[in-house]
Amino acid sequence: MVHATTEMTLNTMELMAIPLLPLFGAMAAGLFGWVLKDKLSHWITSGCVILSAILSIHVFSQVLQGAEFYGNFWTWIASGDLVVNIGMMIDPLTTIMMVTVTVVSACVHIYTIGYMHGDPGYPRFFSYISAFTFSMLVLVMGNSFFTLFFGWEAVGLFSYLLIGFWFKRESATTAAMKAFIVNRVGDFGFAIGILAVWYYFGTVDYREVFALVEGFLATNQTMHFLGMEIDTITFICLALFVGAMGKSGQVPLHVWLPDSMEGPTPISALIHAATMVTAGVFMVARLSPMFEYSEVALAVVTIVGTITAFMCATIGLVQNDIKRVIAYSTCSQLGYMFVALGISAYPAGIFHLMTHAYFKALLFLAAGSVIHAVHHNQDIRLMGQLRKFMPITYITMLLAGLALSGIPPFGGFFSKDLIIEAAYARDMGWVSQIAYYALMSGVVMTAFYTFRMFFLTFHNSDRVPAEIKAHVHESPKVITIPLMILAIGAVGAGMWGDWILNMTSDEFAHGYFRDSMFVLEGHNPLIKLELIEEDHTRSHFWLEYGALVLALTGIGLAFFMYFKESPLPAKLANMFPGLYKFLLNKWYWDELYAVTIVKPIRNLGTFFWQKGDLAMIDKGLIHGVIVGSVKTGASFMRNIQSGLVYHYAFAMVIGVFGLLTYLMLNA
Amino acid sequence: MIPLSNFLIVGAILFSLGIVGLFLNRKNVIVILMCVELMLLAVNINFAAFSHYLGDLGGQIMVFFVLTVAASEVAIGLAILVAYYRQRRSIAVEDINTLQG
Repeated sequence: MVHATTEMTLNTMELMAIPLLPLFGAMAAGLFGWVLKDKLSHWITSGCVILSAILSIHVFSQVLQGAEFYGNFWTWIASGDLVVNIGMMIDPLTTIMMVTVTVVSACVHIYTIGYMHGDPGYPRFFSYISAFTFSMLVLVMGNSFFTLFFGWEAVGLFSYLLIGFWFKRESATTAAMKAFIVNRVGDFGFAIGILAVWYYFGTVDYREVFALVEGFLATNQTMHFLGMEIDTITFICLALFVGAMGKSGQVPLHVWLPDSMEGPTPISALIHAATMVTAGVFMVARLSPMFEYSEVALAVVTIVGTITAFMCATIGLVQNDIKRVIAYSTCSQLGYMFVALGISAYPAGIFHLMTHAYFKALLFLAAGSVIHAVHHNQDIRLMGQLRKFMPITYITMLLAGLALSGIPPFGGFFSKDLIIEAAYARDMGWVSQIAYYALMSGVVMTAFYTFRMFFLTFHNSDRVPAEIKAHVHESPKVITIPLMILAIGAVGAGMWGDWILNMTSDEFAHGYFRDSMFVLEGHNPLIKLELIEEDHTRSHFWLEYGALVLALTGIGLAFFMYFKESPLPAKLANMFPGLYKFLLNKWYWDELYAVTIVKPIRNLGTFFWQKGDLAMIDKGLIHGVIVGSVKTGASFMRNIQSGLVYHYAFAMVIGVFGLLTYLMLNA
Repeated sequence: MIPLSNFLIVGAILFSLGIVGLFLNRKNVIVILMCVELMLLAVNINFAAFSHYLGDLGGQIMVFFVLTVAASEVAIGLAILVAYYRQRRSIAVEDINTLQG
């Protein structure tokens, strides 16, 4: 049953094909990979995802002209009051995610052909990444909290499977488990949030819930939770946001994201940089009609984003693993996005999500190309001067680095600047002020760590071990072509996004996003920003170019310290040994969790294992009570079994007599 | 005319003798076979008596069946006994306890 509710509708077959094509590819490669062999597996999966990307772009072009879609395809669960439909909600927010996901996924698929060449689990890998793409598309295209939840859990599952892809490595399986368990904490909150939505609104359909929110607020609902009386909307939003913190690597649930770098690099690019980790950002933007009504939730989102953006940037300054630097950068940039959401600048957050997806995926894939070239060494202390060997990787990574640092006209400049300016314009008291300064300082650090890594890899002194150096070479075309495609995205996404964001016509009174994201009157920092900028009585130099100046400062610092070999970094580290160690050990989050959570739980587990299982159940119950009673019972019963026929016959006759007597007495 | 109950009592006595013989006998498997025969004959008496008193020939026909089965049973039983004796050199009931496992 399909019923669309807009005048200009999209082709439902086309919409359904977008997620189902990758699913088909995943099933083909996953179930029949042993028949299809490597070549067919990667052609089928890549072909499906590329087709899906083309369809997404087509849908995007239609949405640009004002088309939208909202409808249910079939009923998934119907149990009492709970009716869950499978349906889609296609609007500007969804389409921009669809395009981002499928395009990056397509690039990663092609890149993987080169990167995973010769791996024993080759078809399995393609099956996983295709299935991941399917899940992510379900997550963004769904029209209810349940499809969101389905996609949410499914991407978590494939993230787990892919981090632990090289399951023979212990570090990989541990990292996979860590990711899964930390996400479980987040998903617990997320599930509670969704159940609360159903409990209070009686439906899980986006549109129905959003329509009910205002009326719900009019009755001024509060609820009791752990003895406190709190606003229901705030509770729901915070619970959902806990899920977002887990999935999007926000403090204090960020610890899994850097560890997830144990997985193969293509999935670091696809899942742990471009798409899955942005699910939280997408979710908050999608549910803006709820978050907008809770000042507390918005403040929490802002604060968490601010802390993450700042903290992860500081950690990124000193890491030596090329992928970890980028991973912390990802955490930090996700923090920027959450700040954008918290200050109600949803378009800015999604804009940054999109540009970030391109340049961060590019950064990861370029790093992967480097890692591939130097035989899976990831330590930037053992690299240097690689630009001579790998010119394409060098240039694409430079572009990505510039985009990340926020240098015009590359991607990050537009989106990151917009967030920072919005944080300036939004008036939330100390919350937005701290956010503004933290983000500004983050800009310096972002530029610094990006170019520190870049210079140490491609410039500086040659520290590559001699035996590896003989084999260093530029990666094959299947690796470099996706890099070039993504480089176009990294360079152009900012300008292009800036254009569609500010698009104004009859259809787009509010820019590209129209009313797909809801902002309360008076919250919108983007409108305030325009007012500030129109006020020509004051100078806006610092507001408009401050971030750029800071970014250039950061790059300059990195240039001084790392472009040529210099004693400066070591000196600096020796000057502040405490701080250096603190940052190198990632603010001791892992140690903190080890002491407060992991150790107590492990001890509890050991206690139950030793005392409960071994001592009580094994020794006490099994070997004591049960074995004892069986033994005594058996030694008694054994006497009955004499083996003499007449004993058995006697028992039989006695039995017959007994039975007959019973029947006669009861007749 | 002899009442039915007399026949039934004779049958019951024979049957009980058969059962008791089955348990109390410790010597010889042949005795067990004989006891089984005795029980079958007791049943035969009942059949014949009821047949006569109810005026239904079916009972007496059944007696012939039982006799036939009993005869073949004895034939097979004795054959098994002979084979068993060749194996074990004994047919004392006490010695036959391989059912114990």
